[in-house]
Amino acid sequence: MVNVFSDIYSVLWVDLRFLRRHWLRTLATSLVNPLLYLVAFGYGLGSGINFEGYNYLAFVMPGIIALTAMSSSYGGAGLKLHVDRLFYKCFDEYLMSPISLFSLAIGKTLIGVVRGLISTVAILLVGVLISPELMVTPLFVIVLVTSCFVFSFLGVLIGLWAKSHQDLGTFSTLVILPMTFLSGTFFSLSQLPEAVKAVLYMFPLTHSSQCLRAAALNQPFPWLSFAALLSFGAVFFVGCMWLLKRTSV
Amino acid sequence: MEEFIVTEKLTKKYGDVTAIDGLDLKVHAGEIYGFLGPNGAGKTTTIRVLTTLTKPTSGHALVNGFDVVKESDAVKKMIGVVQQHVSLDRDLTVKENMEFRARLHHLGSSERKKRIAELLDYVGLTEEADRLVDALSGGMKKRAMIVSSLMHSPKVLFLDEPTVGLDAQTRRRLWDLIRRLHLDGTTVFLTTHYIEEAEALCQRVGIIDQGRLIDLGKPLELRQRLGLVTVETLVNNKETRYQYFADRAAATSYVQNLPPEAKTVIIRDSNLEDVFVELTGRKVGAD
Repeated sequence: MVNVFSDIYSVLWVDLRFLRRHWLRTLATSLVNPLLYLVAFGYGLGSGINFEGYNYLAFVMPGIIALTAMSSSYGGAGLKLHVDRLFYKCFDEYLMSPISLFSLAIGKTLIGVVRGLISTVAILLVGVLISPELMVTPLFVIVLVTSCFVFSFLGVLIGLWAKSHQDLGTFSTLVILPMTFLSGTFFSLSQLPEAVKAVLYMFPLTHSSQCLRAAALNQPFPWLSFAALLSFGAVFFVGCMWLLKRTSV
Repeated sequence: MEEFIVTEKLTKKYGDVTAIDGLDLKVHAGEIYGFLGPNGAGKTTTIRVLTTLTKPTSGHALVNGFDVVKESDAVKKMIGVVQQHVSLDRDLTVKENMEFRARLHHLGSSERKKRIAELLDYVGLTEEADRLVDALSGGMKKRAMIVSSLMHSPKVLFLDEPTVGLDAQTRRRLWDLIRRLHLDGTTVFLTTHYIEEAEALCQRVGIIDQGRLIDLGKPLELRQRLGLVTVETLVNNKETRYQYFADRAAATSYVQNLPPEAKTVIIRDSNLEDVFVELTGRKVGAD
């Protein structure tokens, strides 16, 4: 058991060294998107609009936080792994060492969680200042950390699956980009027809947005969405383990 | 003699392509074993199977008595691997790469520090310890790879084409390093398609072609089987013919009796390339 924890830390250690060396660049690049969304949608499009009894800024802020958790965790876990595997070719070193695949999967996931949390905490500080309705409750923190884990697992899964840079780009264009705009981050799903809603519930970000919004605005908490988020995490993790087992002896 | 690596009927297929075809190997503990063959002969695939990165399709491979598939954890603890390509994290320094490997092999903090200092000194990289890998020359990167793979004091070191792309001086420095590791008791399994590398370094050489071991022996034995002296003759200005003789006297006698159309006669020592060409009909290094 001690070995499992120390192995997880050993895997994480490498990526923490990288993060330490490039922390400013990492933070700056991961904040550009959410800040642009905040300015464009929160202040530009949505200023003066009331939405479900809140001003639009208060409504959209939890969505932008969910979005930040997704992009930072997914990218933080997946991109470096992808580069290590296909370009630096140093991923084999993990597979040739006596650490378990479980430790490897969790270690590679944790760097996404760390990067997701750094970015979301930064954007949250902005959010709390400009939108006083936003409440950071324990439930909000639990959902945020869970979301970071779910999207990090997805990042590891795609980082392990992609056979080329094009694969990664294709996945981003076909899945991540639509998920960014359609998962109830910028609008309420209650306005949509049932059939469209059913499709959008197949995105984990939809559930993450719903849960974060409910927790931040003190609305009834959608436990079913939280269970769905956990299920997505479990499926992505099992996928990671399956891919790792397939690529190693 | 104790066998350190043993394979029996080892086969690896990728779809319809057979990369290794019923390979039987025996590598002695403490020797430098060279695996000589052209590109695509199955050398790298063999290393990938022996280092637990690739599952064989059939057959067995044992490292120090441990099965590479069923007991891969035990195998991983005793192997060091230097891959053909640079397999270091290029965003980290030399020292960080070494520390990373040490952590993966569960070395404690003080042991890590001691070992890093020792090994950097061993290969003359102490000055480069805090430089990013990306900023190093090709030879330095290779040395950094070797020391990283030695952090956990492996019993066997696998080197896949260790000197590809390096200049002659750097190559010789690396050969010296490999000899020192051998003298310190490490078993070395190296693949190469450089004839002179196999001759300079290896106690025994296995010649592999199309996934099969086609000959095995000490470099001198392999040459003796063929004939230690080679005569090259250019016939009708078109084709070079090679004849092999046990000694210079036999070769000289042959040359004296050559017909007038045979020109440009060269008498020289045979080498492993001659052995390989005679065995396979191809030049080493040709695809």
